[in-house]
Parts: sequence; structure tokens; C-alpha cells
Amino acid sequence: MDRFIFLTVDGLSKGAVFAAFALAIVLIWRGARIVNFAQGAMAVAAVYVAYSVTGATGSYWIGFTAALVSGLVFGAVIERVVMRHVSHTSPLNSVIVALGLVLLIQAILGMIYGNEFYPIQTPFSRTGISVGGVSLLSRYDIYVFLAVGAIVVGLAFLFTRTPAGLRMRSSAFAPEVSRLLGVNVAGMLTLGWALAAAAGALAGLLVIPTELGLHPNAMDLVFVSSFTAAVVGGLDSPPGAVIGGLAVGLVLSYISGYLGSDATPLAALALLLAVLLIRPGGLFSGVKTRHV
Amino acid sequence: MLEIEGLVAGYGGAPVLKEVDLSIAEGQIVAVLGANGAGKTTLLRTVSGLVRPTAGRITFDGADLRGVPVEQVVQRGLAHVPEGRGIVAELTVDENLRLGGLWRKDRADAKRALNEVYDLFPALGERRRLAGHQLSGGERQMLALGRALVARPRMLLLDEPSLGLAPRVTAQIMQLLRQLREASGLAVLLVEQNVRSALSVADMGTVMSLGRVVVSTHADALRDDVDLRHAYLGF
Repeated sequence: MDRFIFLTVDGLSKGAVFAAFALAIVLIWRGARIVNFAQGAMAVAAVYVAYSVTGATGSYWIGFTAALVSGLVFGAVIERVVMRHVSHTSPLNSVIVALGLVLLIQAILGMIYGNEFYPIQTPFSRTGISVGGVSLLSRYDIYVFLAVGAIVVGLAFLFTRTPAGLRMRSSAFAPEVSRLLGVNVAGMLTLGWALAAAAGALAGLLVIPTELGLHPNAMDLVFVSSFTAAVVGGLDSPPGAVIGGLAVGLVLSYISGYLGSDATPLAALALLLAVLLIRPGGLFSGVKTRHV
Repeated sequence: MLEIEGLVAGYGGAPVLKEVDLSIAEGQIVAVLGANGAGKTTLLRTVSGLVRPTAGRITFDGADLRGVPVEQVVQRGLAHVPEGRGIVAELTVDENLRLGGLWRKDRADAKRALNEVYDLFPALGERRRLAGHQLSGGERQMLALGRALVARPRMLLLDEPSLGLAPRVTAQIMQLLRQLREASGLAVLLVEQNVRSALSVADMGTVMSLGRVVVSTHADALRDDVDLRHAYLGF
């Protein structure tokens, strides 16, 4: 029973990170109809920025801020300089360009930092707080939940309660009509990429210290799990991405706990395959009705 | 107010519009009629910048409209309501309407304009929390029209507002255009297949055929001239 509780808490903590990362994938999918396979590499690049800034200033929080800001900038630059110019004649074009970006970003990071794992300090202890002999949440887990909660609530508020959010949603649903109404659709797309990349950077910041450490490929498996979560959620639905992220986190935690951690990467891929086979539209996909 | 001269435009390949001339004065309602494929929709899309002309001039209040980004055309007072009632089906009625006034600097007046639209279409007020896809065809058209009005345009480009609507609803919309013209001097460039409805409200009628203007005259004349009607309008 203790083990089950431990695995549940651990799974939810991982799942929160997947949720943030899946949210980033969903944001770009809604805005641009592109699955951004470069999301992981972009997030890793932002975490390298945090690593360098923290190393230079000695402050985790300055590094943290620098990573979020560089996430915003990477997202905006990649949309403006690369993705905007990809032809939409086939959906494969953007996939191939995104995969090319992964190789490019990982190669550049390898050239600058080398291909070794850097251990990353956490701002809070990762030792679980004991309650009645059972090791439960660590301070770091609480920090992860609060950080992911803040970004989920913040994005939900932005999208549903602010004029910028209304512009972004209408640009995603009906770009041409939105332009006729005076909405700068191209600008909204850039903003969407920037926000998504910042959310991805946050997920990277939270998850990399809990794994092997910082490495150009550090987010590859997180990307697979989060992409699974986004697909479970229907790719189109932000709440679906959050629920999907938590669910995938739990499933992988139980598998790793009861079957051994070697099974986790396989399980992540098997889960993705299963979801794509059984429910390609996802479990939470929203309104399918297009305007007549 | 709007002057179009020698306009040539298309989608690559042979041009859809071949030297179109048209002008609309303030407060005027001009109906553009003609068969499918005559270039009526392309004419509206070229005026609002969605299609770039290859030759000719478009001026609005004396200023050249060519090269003005689509999203700035509405800010100059020219609102385009696209064919098929281009509402955003996933957004609520209220969100659709607010969207129409988001670009405006005068927030207080944008709010006032929004309330005026609710007064004008009480049915929209009752459905303000519903998503666009939950509305009937007539309500969608009212929403699209109302959303254009939130921008307080001086000219409307209306593409087939009667499409798929019951005659009674169509008549209401035509009546409304007349009202708006009386109240605020709104000019309308009205593209229609429904010739009778369009001519019931228009001052001028322009008939297009295969990308050219073939007749441009008073709406009354078009209505009463049996030969013209037979030749171009099929009734």
C-alpha cells in the first residue's frame, strides 16, 4: 500500500510536467495545425540557458526566469524564421522541418556544451516528507504542482478572459474571418508559439533535475509521454491535455514501479500506439462542427 | 466613397475579374448581381484585400486600398461580411460580437456599439452564451451582420446574406439595411443571387458576367427592363 501511494504521488508529479508539456503541444496544434516535434529540443535549449545563467549568477531563480524568457524568444523566432515559411501543401512538410530542427538544435547544444549529462540543482529538497512512516510528497513535488498549476490557470485565464486570448482563439478557429475583423492573425500565431515554448521550457526546468540531468536529448522521452498525453486529450483540448498528462504520468509510474523502470520507455511508446489505434480522435476532443 | 477602376484580379492563372469598374457614394446601396462564377465574391475579396489585384485601382475616401493589409481595411471603415455567414462557430455569440470591436481604441464606444447590436437583434441577446454553431441560419446571419456593425463601419461589403434563408428572414435583413442607411448613412455593396430581394433595397444595380460589368444602372431600371432581366438575370 505504501508503495502504491508513493507511486501515485510520483506519477502525479511527473504527470504534472507532462501536462504542461502536452499543453504546449496542444497550443501550437490549435494555432498552426502543426505537431511541434521540436518542442523537446527547444525546451532543452531553454534549460541550458538556465544552467548557464544560474552558473554565472549563482541564483536558481534568475536562471529560471532566463529560461522562461528564452523559451518565449525561441518560440517566436522559430515561428517567424522557420515555421511560417513551411508550405502547407502537405502536413508532412512541417513534420519534417520540425524533425530537422530537433537535429539542428541538439547538434548546436552538443557543440556548445558537449554530450555529457550535467546534474542540475533543485531549489527545494526532493526528500519526501514522512507522514506516519510513509514517505509522501517532497517539497520539490509541491513546487512542481504549484508551478504547473500556475501556468495552467494562467493560460486558461489568458485564453478565456482576455482580449488577447479571444484574438488567439478566433485566429486558430477562423483565420480569414479574424483578419477581416481586424485581428493580426500572424502576430497571434507568433504569440502562441512563444507561449507554448515558454510552457515547454517550464516543463523542462521541472523535469530535467529529477532525471539523469541536462543533456541535448534530455527531453526526448518526455516528448513521447507528453505527445501521448496530448493525443489522449484529443490534441485540440487544453483541459484534455492536462488530464491526459496526469493520466499518462500515473500509468508510467505504476508500470515503472511494478514492472521495473526499464519498461517505462517501451510503455510510453506502447501507450501512444494504443491510443492512436483505439481512439485517434482522442478522448476529450471538442466541437467538430465547422462554420457552414 | 469607394472607387474601383479597371480592376483585374484572380487566383493565379486566368483572371477572374477582367477590368471591373464600380463606384459607390456615401449612403448608397449597390447590388452586384450575376450568375455563379461571374466574379462577385472575388470582387468583394479583392476590395477587402484577401485577393491581391494584378491591375487597376481601388480607392476608399480617396486613399489607395491596394497593399493595405486585410486586418487594417476594417479599421478604415470598410467591413466585409463573407459568404456563408463567416461567424466563428466555436466562440459564443457574445465573443463573436466583442471580436468585431477589439481593434477599436475607443473602448467605451465599442461597448456602446455592442449594446446597440443587442438592441437591434434581441434574439442575439437571448443567445449570447450559446456557441455560434448552435444558432439557426438566420441568427448566424444576424450575428455576422451585427459583428460587422460593432466596428461602426461606413461601408458594408455583404456577400449573399440571403443564402439559405427563409424569404421572411431575407426581407428582414433587407429592411434592416435600409434602416441603417437612413440612420447612419451606411453604404452597402451587396452581392446577391436573390435578384428580387437585392433590387428591392438597392439604389443601383450592377450585373456582372464572366468577370466583367455588363450593365450598371438604377435599380428601378433593372427591375422594370424586361429585356435586361431576361438577358442577364433569367427572370
